Amino acid sequence: MAELSKEKLRMLTNTAAEIRMRIINMSADVNASHSGSALSPVDILTALYFEVMRIKPKEPLWAGRDRFILSKGHGGASLYAALALRGFFSEEKLNTFCKDGSVLTTHPVIQNVPGVEATTGSLGHGLSSGLGMALAGAFDKKSYRVFVMLSDGECDEGSVWEAAMYAGFHKVDNLVAIVDYNKIQSFGRTEEVMDLEPFADKWKAFGWEAREIDGHNFKEILGALQAVPFKTCKPSCIIAHTVKGKGVSYMENKLEWHYRSPTGDLRGQALKELEAQKI
Amino acid sequence: MRQAFIETLEALAAKDKNIFLLNGDLGFSVLEGFTAKFPGRSLNMAVAEQNMVGVAAGLALSGKTVFVYSIIPFVTMRVFEQVRNDIVLQNANVKIVGVGSGLTYGQLGPTHHSIEDIALMRVLPNMTVLCPGDPFEARALTEAAAKIKGPVYLRIGKKGEPVAHQNAPKLKVGKGFLVQDGKDITLVATGNMLYNALVATKLLGEKGVSARLLSLYTVKPIDAEILLKAVSETRAIFTLEEHSVMGGLGSAVAETLLESGRAPKLFYRFGIRDVITKNSGSQEYLRSIHGLLPGQIAKKIFEMLKRNKL
Repeated sequence: MAELSKEKLRMLTNTAAEIRMRIINMSADVNASHSGSALSPVDILTALYFEVMRIKPKEPLWAGRDRFILSKGHGGASLYAALALRGFFSEEKLNTFCKDGSVLTTHPVIQNVPGVEATTGSLGHGLSSGLGMALAGAFDKKSYRVFVMLSDGECDEGSVWEAAMYAGFHKVDNLVAIVDYNKIQSFGRTEEVMDLEPFADKWKAFGWEAREIDGHNFKEILGALQAVPFKTCKPSCIIAHTVKGKGVSYMENKLEWHYRSPTGDLRGQALKELEAQKI
Repeated sequence: MRQAFIETLEALAAKDKNIFLLNGDLGFSVLEGFTAKFPGRSLNMAVAEQNMVGVAAGLALSGKTVFVYSIIPFVTMRVFEQVRNDIVLQNANVKIVGVGSGLTYGQLGPTHHSIEDIALMRVLPNMTVLCPGDPFEARALTEAAAKIKGPVYLRIGKKGEPVAHQNAPKLKVGKGFLVQDGKDITLVATGNMLYNALVATKLLGEKGVSARLLSLYTVKPIDAEILLKAVSETRAIFTLEEHSVMGGLGSAVAETLLESGRAPKLFYRFGIRDVITKNSGSQEYLRSIHGLLPGQIAKKIFEMLKRNKL
């Protein structure tokens, strides 16, 4: 596993807290839903954009860049905050989130801001698009990787498994699926709505190499992301165990935060808690 | 038309290394030659059309010109949201090639008919809808589709369709083509109804009706100019398509004419009315059920003209 210096851990931890604070403000400003879904993948996004991915924020369409697709488009606020903090566009733009005329829709739209690689929102589309990008990269003998983040509920969609079967069978090893496994989907817990378990075994059976990690532990996140492809000639799946609403005590692990927005006093409380998480 | 399509695509792919062809485990006796010539660029995506269309978008967003090939319902209806979200909303350079237009696969039953596809594709912004009427048109429109930087729907039949043109016509996307001039009425045909429309004009001619025939191989964007000219110069407009009369060519022509304030004195849409075709039959037989044979078309037009004293 990669070494994680104190300095790097501090940078990542504090950046993640900053991203979460942006999400809280963006959501509260416009009474937006899905804040819990935006908070769970933040640590993974932080690791990707601030450590793992080969990107040039000032040259967002650089041909050799690693691609990231937020297939769980409902977490768009987290992607916008990560991109802005990484320098893809100005942080002021985050204040327009979901407002009339804004380019920042809840579910991202391709190139509405630099860094958004795909239009997502309907679940079960991103892995196929990412697979197409990965196939193009392999055909063109480019070394970029394609990271696709899915939600757990999204894996109910049959199209996810169409893509998984193709990628596994055709040994597409520049493709990485990351499942934000926060265990809560729109209308219930995954184990009650349609249990995904044995989840890693499903990916393995489809020809993938799968690893389970704590999606809030930077050492584990980096250990996995920096080790892809886990096996040559196999696509990699990272099942990241996460907590919906991570970082804000009253949101954590609660279904209602798929819908509610941290308005009023709740905003201040959330920001205070997140500030305290910095090291 | 399938042969005309694939031969043209092979010629294009030989010159352009960015052209990819994806199929949904279909294309027996059609795609083998392409696959042999360009193995890395011909992908059998298996019986998984949703993934196929998503992959096509991903390839296109990475600089490829992607043709996606399958039977029409599987590549337009099953994957409609992939077409909308992944191709259209992202303006991805993907050409959807659907085979088996209309009642082509009559004997296979209604799951394999395609009578709603033009309507579905036409409603999508940025989507160019091309319906070649014979092998000449299929050739020209395959070439045209490759040149368009964006989504295209190419609706083709199968093999062995009759030729409607004497020789290769010069076709331009967005324009109609005057197949035959006439001064009394105008027939506007698209796709595989072109030949029957041509025969119908001859039958009408024998009865003393001079019928103009327009091939509207581009249903979208539609050629308003050629239609308005026809309204000015002839007394009635008839549209012909092997498709539902709702949402396809007939609707597109009606919308264009009515909004221009130049509604014709007589207007009628030949096509498939709001019914389900449950029984098996050859394409010819099923056309007869829906009144789409040349004799039936000519007779109906003649009667309507008489009734309306035109």
